[in-house]
Parts: sequence; structure tokens; C-alpha cells
Amino acid sequence: MSLRLFELMLWAAGYTVVISAISIVIGLGIGLLVCAAKLSPNRLLSLPATLFISFFRGVPLLVQLLLIYNLLPAVGISVPSVVAAVVGLSLCTAAYQAENLRGGFNSVPKGLLEAADMVGLTPWQQLKRIRAPIAFRLTLPALVNEAILILKASSLISVVGVIELTRMAQNLAASTYKPLLFYSVAGALYLVICWTVAGGGALAERMARVGRA
Amino acid sequence: MSLDFGLMLEKLPEILAGLWVTIWVWVVATALGAALGFLVAAARRYGPPPVDWLLRLLVEILRGTPFLVQLFLLYFGGPFVGLRLEPIPAGLIGLTVYAGAYFSEIFRAGFDAVPRGHVEAAQCVGLSRSQILRRILLPEMTMLVLPQCVNMAILLIKETAILSIITVPEMTMVIGAIGSQQYAFADAMFLLALFYWVLVEICGLLGRIAEARLSKFRFAA
Repeated sequence: MSLRLFELMLWAAGYTVVISAISIVIGLGIGLLVCAAKLSPNRLLSLPATLFISFFRGVPLLVQLLLIYNLLPAVGISVPSVVAAVVGLSLCTAAYQAENLRGGFNSVPKGLLEAADMVGLTPWQQLKRIRAPIAFRLTLPALVNEAILILKASSLISVVGVIELTRMAQNLAASTYKPLLFYSVAGALYLVICWTVAGGGALAERMARVGRA
Repeated sequence: MSLDFGLMLEKLPEILAGLWVTIWVWVVATALGAALGFLVAAARRYGPPPVDWLLRLLVEILRGTPFLVQLFLLYFGGPFVGLRLEPIPAGLIGLTVYAGAYFSEIFRAGFDAVPRGHVEAAQCVGLSRSQILRRILLPEMTMLVLPQCVNMAILLIKETAILSIITVPEMTMVIGAIGSQQYAFADAMFLLALFYWVLVEICGLLGRIAEARLSKFRFAA
């Protein structure tokens, strides 16, 4: 493989990382909202949240992507395929992250909240100072896990024509007739990315443990 | 909806054939993957250290790369090393190996989670290694890993959709093709999504029933 082609693969790997990162951040935002709705005592909020989580966790990402990619133009919204891909990845990861966050919030020790009540903290203060920080620490490992899952799942957006790492490997494999080489290189790049994120996640967990409740 | 349901009904045999491929590929890959995963976990636990290192590397590679890339490597790269596979066998092998890697991690954690005291007690009363495996480790482990195995099985139903990309004639490919023919691809995908949703919910329900049924075998930790 010439240096030029390897550069193309590296560039595509960067694109994969950027798209995944954007999707994870948007997904975290939506996930927080869905989690809040799901935890709400109001059934008008919790029922749609339950449906959202169940649907996006129960349907293959490939089908979600094909649906969104084809549905948006059908209802008159024409967007570039990369936008459809980010929407699909974000909604999917939001459903998983909402469940992770719910687990985190539910695992905050009751005694801490009772103690906070006793010393007169308002519900907002309790959320800001106690529930959110502890829930964040508890969900951090799941968040890192989810980031790795999305990095790998982003290979599916190649199907809707986004030129990320998998699609680049596909194109180069077809034009050079060397699938073994290009898919191996793509696999190796995914490994490097995933292992880096896993290593970074382990480091972040250690740092978050400092000053633990 | 611009999807013609009359036409859809005419295509019912094709759709059912696709559903059948999805289900049998899923069941076979899950069963073989679980068996493979168990062998890998056992070999890593009882084999010599180099076997453990080698298997660990393989498992980490399989878990650190997208299933789609693994599938492309097998299906498009295979012929260059003399491994020419039809779509269904390629998909089945790919999915089984992928599943095996994840199952092996589930079983490894299961082995580790059985309390040491139980194994030591079994050794004290003179049980042999194979007896300990059959009577203590396996039954206790089964209860511990069941929820994760159900999760993995559900994940694998969804992964079967990816096989459509290498033209395995399963549900996604069949319904996608019908949708394209009728210029109603989005509607077809919506229908397909509902299909999978129901399938996954049924699978989750069965898993919860199995867990409840088997919970009487759960030991007190």
C-alpha cells in the first residue's frame, strides 16, 4: 500500500472518530432528557420515553439508519447523508445512554439524599451537588463502553454512503483489488481507536475516583 | 403510506422465507457461538499460559473491530487465501466467531464469579476436577451468566441484519428489495423495524421467564 493510500485511510479513520464523537455528545444530551422523562412520575412523559428506549434498542441500527436516511426525504427534508447518519447514531446511542443514566441515578445511595434533606438542601441543590456527580461517576464506565460500541457501529453508516473508515476501505479494496490488505488495515485502525478510548476511559475512571463519596 | 399492502401480501412467501433465514441463522450462530465461547473460556482457564495469551489477543481483536469489517474480510478477502464462501455460510461463520468472542468473555466472568469457597469445599470433600466442573462450576455459572447470555442473544438478532450487506437473503434484504421494487423503501423499512422490534421484545420476554423459572437454582451468595 502506497503512502498516499495509507493517508486516505488515516483521514477516513479521523472522520469516523469525529462522527462518532459528535453522535455520542448529542446522544448524551438526548439521553439525559429521555432519562429525566423516564424517571418522571408523570406518565405522559415516562411512557413516550419507555417507547423511545424500547424502539431504538430493539431495532437493528442498520434498519434505523436505512429508515431515517429514506424517511427524511420522503417527508420533504433533504439532508446530506452524513447528517442522516449522525441523527441515526445519536438516537440509537441516546436510548442506551438513557438506560445507563437511569441505572446511575437509581444507584445513588438513599441515605445520602435523606442526609441532604435533613441539612435542608433544596431539590435542585441535591441534584447539582449530590445526585448528578455521583450518577456521573457511576455511569462513566458504561459511557466509555457506549463510546466504543458507537465507534464500531459507525461502520454501518458506510451503507448510506458516508465515506468513513469502512467505506474508504471498501472503495480502495475495490479499486486496487486488494480486499485482504485494506480490510485488515481498517480493522487495525479500529483496534487502535477502540483501545485508545478504552485506555483513556480507564484513566478517567481513576481520576473520577479521587474524592469519591 | 405508499406501500401497497395487497402487493405485500402477494410477497408473503418471500417475506416468510426471509424471516426463516433470519431466525435459523440467528439460532445456529447463537448456539455455536455460545459453545465456541465456552470452549475458549475453558481453554483460557485450564490451558497453559501461551494459549491464554493467544486467545485473549484474538478475543480482543474480535471485540475491538466492527462486525461489518470482519464480515468483509471473510467474504471479500477469503477468496484471496483460498476461502471462497457463499453468502450464507460466510455470514454464519462470521456471526458465530463474532458471537464466540463475546460469549467467551461472559463465561470467563462467570467462572470467576463462582465463589472460591464453593470450589475449595468441593476439593476438600474429594471431588475430582471434572466433578467440580460438572457439579459446582457449571450449575452455578449457568445462573450467573444467564441474563448476559439472553442479552447477547438479543444483540445477535440485531446483528443478523448486517448480513444483508453481503447479500444473505434474510429479512432486511428481502423486505428492502420489495420496498425498492415498489418505490416505497422508507415504508418497507418502517415495517421491517416493527418486525425486529416485536422479535426482540418476544426474545426479552422469554429470557425473563427463563430467568424467573431458573431462579430457584440460584445459590445464596
